[in-house]
Amino acid sequence: MLLESIRMSWENIITNKLRSLLTMLGIVIGVASIIALITIVQGATNSISEEVTALGVNKITVNVRGTPLKQGLSEQDMENIAQVDNISGLSPTIPGTSNIVYEGKVKENVAVQGKNEVYFQSDSSLLQSGRPINILDLESKNQVAVIGGDIAKELYYGLDPIGRDLMIHGTTYTVIGTLTSSSRFSTTSNNEAVIIPYTTALRSLGVKHISSLDVFLLDTNFADDTVTDIERVLHSTFNYKENAYSIFNMGDMIESFQSMMSIMSLLLAGIAAISLVVGGIGIMNMMLVSITERTTEIGLRKALGATPNTIQLQFIIEAIFLSIFGGLLGLIVGSLVAYIATILIGVGFSIQLSTIALALGFSAIVGIVFGYTPARKASRLNPIDALRSL
Amino acid sequence: MTKILNMQNISKSYYMGEEEIEVLHNVNLTVSTGDFLALLGPSGSGKSTMMNIIGCLDVASSGKYLLSGHDIDELDEFELAKVRNKEVGFVFQSFQLLPRMTAMQNVELPLIYTGLSSSERKKRAQSILERIGLADKMKNLPTQLSGGQQQRVAIARALVTEPTILLADEPTGALDQKTGAQVMELFEELNRDGRTIIMITHDENIARHARRVVNILDGFLTEKEVI
Repeated sequence: MLLESIRMSWENIITNKLRSLLTMLGIVIGVASIIALITIVQGATNSISEEVTALGVNKITVNVRGTPLKQGLSEQDMENIAQVDNISGLSPTIPGTSNIVYEGKVKENVAVQGKNEVYFQSDSSLLQSGRPINILDLESKNQVAVIGGDIAKELYYGLDPIGRDLMIHGTTYTVIGTLTSSSRFSTTSNNEAVIIPYTTALRSLGVKHISSLDVFLLDTNFADDTVTDIERVLHSTFNYKENAYSIFNMGDMIESFQSMMSIMSLLLAGIAAISLVVGGIGIMNMMLVSITERTTEIGLRKALGATPNTIQLQFIIEAIFLSIFGGLLGLIVGSLVAYIATILIGVGFSIQLSTIALALGFSAIVGIVFGYTPARKASRLNPIDALRSL
Repeated sequence: MTKILNMQNISKSYYMGEEEIEVLHNVNLTVSTGDFLALLGPSGSGKSTMMNIIGCLDVASSGKYLLSGHDIDELDEFELAKVRNKEVGFVFQSFQLLPRMTAMQNVELPLIYTGLSSSERKKRAQSILERIGLADKMKNLPTQLSGGQQQRVAIARALVTEPTILLADEPTGALDQKTGAQVMELFEELNRDGRTIIMITHDENIARHARRVVNILDGFLTEKEVI
């Protein structure tokens, strides 16, 4: 019976090709816009999330403003923070600015940052060539530097900078590595930076404290607890002064960004869903016309033994068929639009199964909802009146 | 012979606005297996109403109607549909074949509502079409068949469920004299094979083919024995 109904629906759609297509158009547009919008927003979200994730989700950044009495963290403070659970490593930053010189070429006001080996371990892609700063450099306060790509190009044009001298703040350093050009979204671009061991920086840059600290986590699931623990340590370090420091959790930021984007895609899908409703009304209209045209047929089927349920089922299936068929067309159109759009915008294209299920499920529901009334009307036709109408 | 149809004091009235119009007045009718009965009457005599009630498309306002053991007045819409499917084979004046279906598919149609499997449906439809002489037209659409052939397909469709009664409404009304006569011959042949037939007509010449003729006029039945 079900198979028979599907076959009859198909035949009816084929017989009225143009009308069926126009009827389905509403659903096609609705589903296509839902698929396209969700996919494009999803693609953009994923791309941006990936960029941000590349900066480190397992990282909590502590920025210290300090108090008049204590302007930053000392090495001892850092060790206290290292006692907190769930920490795999700490990467301090000693901020400095200095002129750097190589063979008479001067570059002014370059950010020279003191960092440690953890910084390089946290992201293996940081280093483009040479070697990173290691524990030995830190312990013996070696005069070594890892330089950003732009600096390598500017000062050592055409040369391999590794092994060459670099004058920083009046002292001679040896270049041991170069940094990979960092991403566009990076808040701290490394392209124009020089990185030296932080112990060396504390001694020779004239900066006596650590202004920021990247804390790497063992398990990001307990990030909130770790943040609380670090806060407690910092709180006592700065003698319970407010605003002496701020803690920035990258994972939190990504989460709130993603939830914002998913709200946005829901909103867009909601707007697109309106056209699905309009499409549903189109289907209802076509079904009503179709029932009027087929009154005799319905009467005959009833005379031959079709129960009201059977008739209702047949017409609901026809409505669902129309809407799902429209949904499938919309899926194809929407995917194409999304595919082209993501290429143009330059974000990744991936259609989620849940998106497809949502669109098709929604169009099926539209079919049921808007097919119900016409189908019920058909099932209630009096066979005598229906047969007489010929 | 067993009584398969028994009507006792059947009345049917319709409302035209406020006014109640009685179309059938205390009609009594009995049909036994193997009967070939013509219900003869002019238009407006109530014969269509009779046919609707006999065919279980409509129920009487009062009275008792038994068809093949079913108390029709007691049945709801769903049960009526089942009775129509199982007990009644309809043949209409304008054939009422579905235009997009082949002869075979048209004949299969009532069996779909019986709930038979596809292979069983095909088997039965094929054998009945063969019997009625349309073995070579099974794949044809109604538009590719002559009027007489279309009516034969319609008769095959009515017979395929092996109904208790074959109920024909002006079966020759849309056919020319010659093909009409052929259809009547087929009816007589079916009746000789034991098929119970009730035929509604306004044409005395057609009614003459039946074994029993019941006249209907202004909602009253009168029967005179023929032969």
